[in-house]
Amino acid sequence: MIEIKDLHKSYQMGSNSLHVLKGIDFNVQEGELVSIMGSSGSGKSTLLNIIGILDEADKGTYTLDNTIIKNLSEKVAAEYRNKFLGFIFQSFNLINYKNAIDNVALPLYYQGVNRKERNEKALHYLEKVGLADWATHLPNELSGGQKQRVAIARALASDPKVLLADEPTGALDTKTSYEVMELIQNINDEGKTILIVTHEPDIAQMTKRIVDLKDGLIINDTYIEPVIAKAHV
Amino acid sequence: MFDIERWEEIFEAISKNKLRTFLTGLSVGSGIFILIILLGIGNGMKNGIQSKFEEDSASLIVLWTQATSMEYKGLNANRNIDYTLDDFNYAKKRYKNHVAEATLRYRRWGALTTYKKESGSYAMVGAMPDMLGIENASLNAGRFISEDDLKNNAKVTCIGHQIATDLFKNYEKAIGEYIQANGIQFKVIGVYSDPGGERDNTKLFIPHTTMSQIYNTKENVGQLFFTLTPESTFDETNEKSEKFLSQYKTYLRKKHNVHPDDLKAIQSHSSLDEAKKFIILNRMMSLFFWGIGILTLIAGIVGVSNIMLIIVKERTKEIGIRKALGAQPKSIIAMILHESIFITTISGFIGLFLSLLLLQFAGPQIKSEFILNPSVNFGVAVTTVVLLIISGAIAGYLPARHASKIKPIIALRDE
Repeated sequence: MIEIKDLHKSYQMGSNSLHVLKGIDFNVQEGELVSIMGSSGSGKSTLLNIIGILDEADKGTYTLDNTIIKNLSEKVAAEYRNKFLGFIFQSFNLINYKNAIDNVALPLYYQGVNRKERNEKALHYLEKVGLADWATHLPNELSGGQKQRVAIARALASDPKVLLADEPTGALDTKTSYEVMELIQNINDEGKTILIVTHEPDIAQMTKRIVDLKDGLIINDTYIEPVIAKAHV
Repeated sequence: MFDIERWEEIFEAISKNKLRTFLTGLSVGSGIFILIILLGIGNGMKNGIQSKFEEDSASLIVLWTQATSMEYKGLNANRNIDYTLDDFNYAKKRYKNHVAEATLRYRRWGALTTYKKESGSYAMVGAMPDMLGIENASLNAGRFISEDDLKNNAKVTCIGHQIATDLFKNYEKAIGEYIQANGIQFKVIGVYSDPGGERDNTKLFIPHTTMSQIYNTKENVGQLFFTLTPESTFDETNEKSEKFLSQYKTYLRKKHNVHPDDLKAIQSHSSLDEAKKFIILNRMMSLFFWGIGILTLIAGIVGVSNIMLIIVKERTKEIGIRKALGAQPKSIIAMILHESIFITTISGFIGLFLSLLLLQFAGPQIKSEFILNPSVNFGVAVTTVVLLIISGAIAGYLPARHASKIKPIIALRDE
C-alpha cells in the first residue's frame, strides 16, 4: 500500500539547514495497523505529513497504492488526499460552525457527491462511530472523545485507502483514549490500513506493528500482538 | 454560480460574524451611496442649465456686417457690405429642412411717434412674422405682422406695451388706432410684451417690406435672424448650428467678394455658444463627481479587501482543514470571492436603493436655480451595479489567492 525508499527531508531554518529525515525505507501492506513512535524532533510528524501529501520529500520515492507521489500540483495533491487518505488530528480540527453531519460530509462535498447521498453516507459513518444521535450538534456541544469520533467518521467518509492519525489520543484522557483506540482497532479489523503517530507506549501497544524513529532514521520496526483496547475500557 | 452548497457555506460564514459583515458592507454601501448622490446632483445641475437655456430660443443665430478688413479681387479693404434679400432667401431655401424661424431686421432709432397729444421717441424695426417668436415676446392684444402685411407693404405696426402705456394709458385702447411715426401714419394692429425689460418693450415693429419702401433700403436688408430646429441631443444641435454657420458664411463671403480669411466682415453670434460654455463646465463637473465617487468606492473596496484578508487569516485553520480533506485551490478561491462579491453586491444594492430613495423624495424639494430634479438614469444605475460586482471581485481576489496558497501543514500545526 505504502512504499517508501530512501526518503530525505530537510528544512531551512534561517541560514541553517535542519536535516529531519535522513533516509527512510518503509513499507506498509494493506490492512496493517502501524504506530510510528519517537520523541519530539525525531521526524515522525514530518514522515506523516509526507505520507499524507501535505509535504513533499527532497529525495527518495514514495508510492501510494501504486501511484508515485512526486511533484504534484496543488490540484492533483488535493485530489489524491481526497481519494486516498483520511486524516485524524490531535486537536480534532472539526469546522466549528458546522454540525457533526456536515463535518463528516465535507470530504464528500469536495468529491462532488450530491447532497442527499452525502448526508446518507455521513449518517452511516456517524452511526458507525456511535454518534448518530448527535448528528445535528455543533462540535462545541460534544465532548473530546465525541469530537474525535466525529473526526474519525469524517476521515472514513470518503472511503480512503489509508487512515493517517497524528496523535489521535493526545488531547484525551486515558479512558477516552482507549475508547478511540477500540474504534480504530475495529476499523482496522474491517481491513482499513491505518498509520498512527504517537508517543504514548500504551497506545502503540494497541497496534500490530511499532516503528521507532530517532533522529530521522528508523531504529526499530517490530510486529507485535496488539493489546485489545476493549479489554481496558 | 447557482451552487446551493456554496451559498449555504457563505450564509454560515456570514451569520457567524454579523458585525464584521455589517462593517464590511458599510464601506461599500456608503461608497455607492455617495457616488449616486453626486451623480444625481451633477444631473440636476445639467437639468437646471438646460431649462435655463430652453427659455430663450436656444439655437438663435444672428448675422450682421462690418467693414472688410482685407483687400480682395482688386477691392480695397475697409469697404462696407450689406446683406440683400437674396442672401436671406438663399438660406431659407437651401436650409429649409433645418430653419425653424427666420426674419430680417432693419432698425431705425429715435422715431418720433405721436398719438393725439401724447408722443415719444422709439425704435422702428422692420421685421417679419417670425420675429415675435425669435424675440420670445408674447402678444397682449391684437396680432403681429402677417405675411399679407409684407406682401401689401401695409402701414401697420405692432407696438411694445411700454409704448402703448405711454401713448394710450391703457393698451387695450390702442388696437385699431392710428399713430404717426416719423411723419408716416401707421395702424396699430397689436401690442406685445417682451420679458427682456423696458428697452425691449419700446419698439415699433412694422413689415420689413414697408420699411425698405419708406427708406428705400432695397440693397440693405439689415441683420439676418435664424433659429434652427433642435435635434435630440445638445451635441447634434450644436453641430448642426456650427455647420450651418460655417457653410452660410462661406457663401456670404464669396457672394460679397470678401476674402475667405476675412473674419471681420461677416459677423455672427450663436446663442449656443453661451450654452456650450455651461455644458462644457457641467461635463467637467460630472467627470469630477464620477472621479470623487469612484475614489470613494475604491476606499470602500480597499476596506472590503482588508476585512476579507482578516477573515482569511482568521479562517486559516479552517481552510487548512478543507485542503487536507481534498479542497482544491480553485474551490477555496471561489469560496472567498463568492463571499466578497456577495457582501459588496448586497451592501452596494442597499446603498444604491437608499440613495435613489433620497433622490426620489428629497430631489424635487430642492429649490435652486442651478439644480433641477436631481436624478440618475437607468443606464447609470446599471453601470454602478456592474461596478459593484467588479469591485467585489477585485476586493476578494487578493485575499482569495492568499487563502488558496495556505499550506495545510502550516495551518494545521498545533499550537
